[in-house]
Amino acid sequence: MVATPAPAAHATDDLPRRPVDWLPMALVPAVALIAIPFIGSPSTWLTLTIAGLAMGVIIFMISSGLMLVFGLMDVMNFGHGAFITLGAYVGLTIFAPLSVWIDSSNLALNLLVLTLGLLAAVVVAGAVGLVFDRVLIRPVYGNHLKQILITMGGFIVVEQLIRAIWGAEMVTLNIPAALRGSLFIGDAAIERYRILALVVGAGVFAAMLLILTKTRIGLQIRAGVEDRDMLEAMGYRTRHLFVAVFVAGAMLAGMGGLMWGLYQQNFTPAIGSQANVLIFIVIIIGGLGSTTGCMIAALLVGLTTNYTGFAEPKIALFSNILLMLLVLLWRPQGLYAVVNR
Amino acid sequence: MSILSGDSPRSRLLAAAIILLVLGLAIAPFAFSSARTMNTAAKILVFIVLVASYDLILGFAGIISFAHTMFFGIGAYGVAIAMSRMEPGWIALATGSVAALAVSAVLATIIGLFSLRVRTVFFAMITLAVATAFTTAASQLSDWTGGEDGISFKMPAIFQPSFRLFEQPVLGLNVNGRVLSYYFIFVCTIALFLLMLRIVNSPFGRVLQAIRENSFRAEAVGYRTIVYRTLANVLAAMFAACAGILMAIWLRYNGPDTTLSLEIMIDILLMTVIGGMGTLYGAIVGATLFMVAQTYLQDVMALVSGATGHIPLLSNIVHPDRWLLWLGVLFILSVYYFPQGIVGSLRDRAKR
Repeated sequence: MVATPAPAAHATDDLPRRPVDWLPMALVPAVALIAIPFIGSPSTWLTLTIAGLAMGVIIFMISSGLMLVFGLMDVMNFGHGAFITLGAYVGLTIFAPLSVWIDSSNLALNLLVLTLGLLAAVVVAGAVGLVFDRVLIRPVYGNHLKQILITMGGFIVVEQLIRAIWGAEMVTLNIPAALRGSLFIGDAAIERYRILALVVGAGVFAAMLLILTKTRIGLQIRAGVEDRDMLEAMGYRTRHLFVAVFVAGAMLAGMGGLMWGLYQQNFTPAIGSQANVLIFIVIIIGGLGSTTGCMIAALLVGLTTNYTGFAEPKIALFSNILLMLLVLLWRPQGLYAVVNR
Repeated sequence: MSILSGDSPRSRLLAAAIILLVLGLAIAPFAFSSARTMNTAAKILVFIVLVASYDLILGFAGIISFAHTMFFGIGAYGVAIAMSRMEPGWIALATGSVAALAVSAVLATIIGLFSLRVRTVFFAMITLAVATAFTTAASQLSDWTGGEDGISFKMPAIFQPSFRLFEQPVLGLNVNGRVLSYYFIFVCTIALFLLMLRIVNSPFGRVLQAIRENSFRAEAVGYRTIVYRTLANVLAAMFAACAGILMAIWLRYNGPDTTLSLEIMIDILLMTVIGGMGTLYGAIVGATLFMVAQTYLQDVMALVSGATGHIPLLSNIVHPDRWLLWLGVLFILSVYYFPQGIVGSLRDRAKR
């Protein structure tokens, strides 16, 4: 990547292209194919695959922000799960008075209430993210040990406040009526909501790739991930960039949190800390600073969780950790490591 | 001062506090007759070992692990499973303990080799993931672990409450099995603590501190940082398992909530930070303060919550169940304003 301040798009054409590393991308279809004999019936396999992919894109939504923050500023936020919990509970609050719209079979009303919920989740998570950055992260900038300790403390405080406000009991989040139930492709039942999740997730991924590769701010983010000192030496303020990425990551986590809450339907305030574990596994598998790596890792985690949950529930507890260990054996830095720190 | 491995408290106030504490813990069964106080004193002892072992990796090696309760739990489950499946005697106790130590060592080695190769932040993330999976596994494999209910078991005869060492009370105290278990734990705690003090003041401990301060330079000087860090992790894990064994001996019960929960992990972090990272003596101060606060502060919170019952959100926030909220706030504040902890601050004052 060339981080020249002047736009010189034509100049890059003369440079030799960086060879594309296809191997990790082949992993997702490979895992799906390997699973066929273990699952047996093709229709069950299709159901599980769609479920796994839907889970994967939601995990991507909640983990991509953290991955960029970590890649860009070397800041490890252990409190990222708090934004997920917030997203899910804000959605709950928005949905509650609008339950008539949720139960109506009118798809437009359903989508409207869902959009409202997502918007609220994004706004609240973004606002809390801004506070998180100012109060917790800025003072301990550059110190890993303190970052982990402080953000862990922040996570506890936010989660406990959520318990104090919304209660600690399990709550139920209803999927809008027109999105409940399943479509049938042959014998394979495919839940409508999972298709929606796939569409939204793919949209987020595409938007993120576009922003990162086609815009100026995306160029700065990518340059910052690869070599922050150089970017600063060229006169860019990485601090502003970082706040923007951090808040955007929190927003994505809030949005993904609501999607995740709808995917699970029943959850407690521990939803964020449970997701935190998945996020970490995804970030480690994907490699730091790579959006594509993050997506591949999220899909792999989604698929293996669903396959093993069906075929061998006892292994399912450890399947993600096994997956992580295998990837680390193959590539100790993760699938794609952009960061050279 | 060879018993302290040449590492004295280095502050008169601290030394006095520690001597008082150790004396207090030594006479606790004679001075306080209530079961609750005895229980708190025993827990303080166990947590001194646990927190000191955590300080070994957090304070001396400079790496954060979230799997420390996992090893604590392995120790306790080792004893619990052995005692409930075998004849509850010394052989079962020894078998359970040795097996727990071996499992801890192997697991810690694997985790260390996998996650310390690249960067230490990975270690925090991976340990959190592994510990979570382990907790889930422990509550699901109920054939072995008793699931959420945990396992109650019997101890060897002399640790049973009905056992009497002497016919007559000594200084007004019936020396029963509970008192004997208490003193067994007391002696073990002191031995383990002194051993850890020996380790951090050995050349090995010095290398760990060098790696903590500047791992790049330590590597350049010729120390394999991954080997030292992994070794520190294994040692800490085995000491944590020892703490778990002591916990099981005291409680004669083990379940996920007593040894494995994330809440205990947070408690350990807090005790280490408040006491003072990288001092080992901080474990004694931190564990004692924390345990006393936990036992008696929740009563205060219940009082306040009752008094503010008419204010909706406030009474929720000061409810005893929201104890962790205040712990989190305290934790953040102490990392900000009090990063050296009590022991570090006292030592600084003594130097001036």
